[in-house]
Amino acid sequence: MAFEGLADRLQSTIQKIKGKGKVTEQDVKEMTREVRLALLEADVNFKVVKDFVKRVKERAVGQEVMESLTPGQQVIKVVKEELTSLMGGEQSKIAVADRSPTVIMMVGLQGAGKTTTTGKLANLLRKKYNRKPLLVAADIYRPAAIKQLETLGSQLGMPVFSLGTEVSPVEIANKAIEQAKAEHNDYVIIDTAGRLHVDTDLMDELQQIKTNVNPNEIFLVVDAMTGQDAVNVAESFNEQLDISGVVLTKLDGDTRGGAALSIKAVTDKPIKFAGMGEKLDELEAFHPERMASRILGMGDVLSLIEKAQDNVDEKKAKELEQKMRSASFTFDDFLEQMGQVKNMGPLEDLIGMLPGANKMKGLKNVQFDEKQISHVEAIIQSMTKKERQDPSLMNASRKKRIAKGSGRSVSEVNRLLKQFEDMKKMMKQMTNMQGGKKGKKGKGLNFPFM
Amino acid sequence: MSFFKKLKDKFTGNEETEVSDKYKEGLSKTRNSFSSKINDLVAKYRKVDEDFFEDLEEILISADVGVSTVMDLIDELKMEVKRQNIKDTSKVKEVISEKLVEIYYGEDNESVEKLNLQEGELSVVLFVGVNGVGKTTTIGKVAHQLKQEGKKVVLAAGDTFRAGAIEQLEVWGERVGVEVVKHNAGSDPAAVIYDGVKAAKSRNADVLLCDTAGRLQNKVNLMNELSKVKRVIEKEIPGAPHEVLLVLDATTGQNAMSQAKTFSESTDVTGIVLTKLDGTAKGGIVLAIRNELQIPVKFIGLGEKVTDLQSFDAHAFVYGLFADMLDDNQE
Repeated sequence: MAFEGLADRLQSTIQKIKGKGKVTEQDVKEMTREVRLALLEADVNFKVVKDFVKRVKERAVGQEVMESLTPGQQVIKVVKEELTSLMGGEQSKIAVADRSPTVIMMVGLQGAGKTTTTGKLANLLRKKYNRKPLLVAADIYRPAAIKQLETLGSQLGMPVFSLGTEVSPVEIANKAIEQAKAEHNDYVIIDTAGRLHVDTDLMDELQQIKTNVNPNEIFLVVDAMTGQDAVNVAESFNEQLDISGVVLTKLDGDTRGGAALSIKAVTDKPIKFAGMGEKLDELEAFHPERMASRILGMGDVLSLIEKAQDNVDEKKAKELEQKMRSASFTFDDFLEQMGQVKNMGPLEDLIGMLPGANKMKGLKNVQFDEKQISHVEAIIQSMTKKERQDPSLMNASRKKRIAKGSGRSVSEVNRLLKQFEDMKKMMKQMTNMQGGKKGKKGKGLNFPFM
Repeated sequence: MSFFKKLKDKFTGNEETEVSDKYKEGLSKTRNSFSSKINDLVAKYRKVDEDFFEDLEEILISADVGVSTVMDLIDELKMEVKRQNIKDTSKVKEVISEKLVEIYYGEDNESVEKLNLQEGELSVVLFVGVNGVGKTTTIGKVAHQLKQEGKKVVLAAGDTFRAGAIEQLEVWGERVGVEVVKHNAGSDPAAVIYDGVKAAKSRNADVLLCDTAGRLQNKVNLMNELSKVKRVIEKEIPGAPHEVLLVLDATTGQNAMSQAKTFSESTDVTGIVLTKLDGTAKGGIVLAIRNELQIPVKFIGLGEKVTDLQSFDAHAFVYGLFADMLDDNQE
């Protein structure tokens, strides 16, 4: 990963304030600086970042450190809450006109992915809502843009309306709606040419189309990799056309996608869909939660904090903590934890979130390949009760039996045993690192997994 | 002062004035906002203090220069200000531009980055980049330029994936009046490029421009496909491709760095084409990429017209960016 996520960034600050019962103003200042840098590196517009950090600071100053969280996590939690409220809830509904056809206009800069998204949207409308869309090729400027839409149309087996490149886009749009009415197409998706938001002539053209066809939706298509300029683009398109929603494309890349936050902040229009690949079925509902985590570079970890807090039985967690400290953690516990954790998301992220965890040597050997989790489960389930309680019983013939029972190889069984030992060591280190003794501001790790 | 004088002299009263005008025009939005912001900044603060640097930091970040580059730059500036004991903000202006320029120039003095074309034999240029940056359009523009210079150009339609991509290149071929080598949509891009090389050779072409499908740099399979295309060219002509140009969209943020890194790993990128600089995007990413990866920018796209592709000239680029400030400094 090219950029440090917020978790990494907060690491050193967290180290410093560990053990404090209260986060001081200075601590918050340092942490919010890291929050600011993380957001800027994720391409969130600096003005948006400024307002955002201000709000986080206000909320975080003087807040008591919650019993079960480290101060760093507390700040992350505040950040997450603010981010989520800014991003809003999930909204992937598409308008339906009172009288058919419903008209959707696709607008945006060159190369954002309007034409591809037009195809994807049409596919979604048919698949999910059983609609009959008509695609309209109104990009008369870019060479072969019409051909591109026609190709997509034939791939989808859907009609494409075009009048060549000599007719004005306004007329194309008007005629297309006439045809849609005649042919009983209930949706009309107009693919317009890419244009710069500062190109007055072309922006006027869009306004003309808008006045003529009176669209029910105007989707601004934005490349998720857009940098600071996303604000200018979104603002001008919104001002001039009053867009109804945003489609974020190329989100299957490795960009943090801070543009999403910038766009939401300046337009207050929902981001409805996300392009997740080059195939025509790879348009998904946009998940603001996931985006918030992604911008901060933490996978889905942020929601894990909340889930862990909500779902885990306090008492059980305490027991576990005790077990960890006394190193009496068994395979049974492991299995149980795995069951819980599995529902929460990627294990590596979970580990990564633990303060200091990414700096611990022991962790290098503990690899949590998602695909292997079920294998691990199978192996543990093939152990006898005694073996699960006391791994030291293991010998060659037991391992062989377990391997057979689980359908895995002996070397895999060995690896798991090794990993389990490593993990126990790690837990010991972790508890030592945390101060270990109970009653010390309750900073024990309350993770279900730990 | 001396520095600006030199720059100014370089552009006044010689044949490059036209070029610099073009830059000034194309970059006017960038320049206006950027240097007017620096001027605002200077006017706003009498003293060079922390607040001043914080605001400067924001100006640079809003230009997509990149956080780490900006941080380094600010640190250097702070040191310089301390060393020269500058207290007056109007004086710091010059230091700012000098430092920025230093990053643009880097170590090399060669400010015009020409395409590396072979004299008297076939040169191959491979265009790579993520989706929607303007690869095909750029090829059309480059083909036009080379044709104007009297070169025989052949285009290879290596984007067999995106709907309409082949047709798009064909339209450019017709417009510019050059031959396009193509296969059907969905065919193996390496095979198209192979045929392109063969065709260019047999027609005694000077330059073969190879289009490729846009791909996000984290798609390992697609990046491998690109390496294969490059190997095919290498095998047919030792030393080729003579240029691998990464096309970058100027509106792209920090991800452009990741693009430059990953595409370099799979295809040894030799230069960058920065497109869509005629919008409000600041193109500050040029600074960061030159600074961190030492990949030179060879062309910039300043508009949709076929003539709106300019050879990248660091002097002219900087001149365009700082023109307002330079004029002030002459007094």
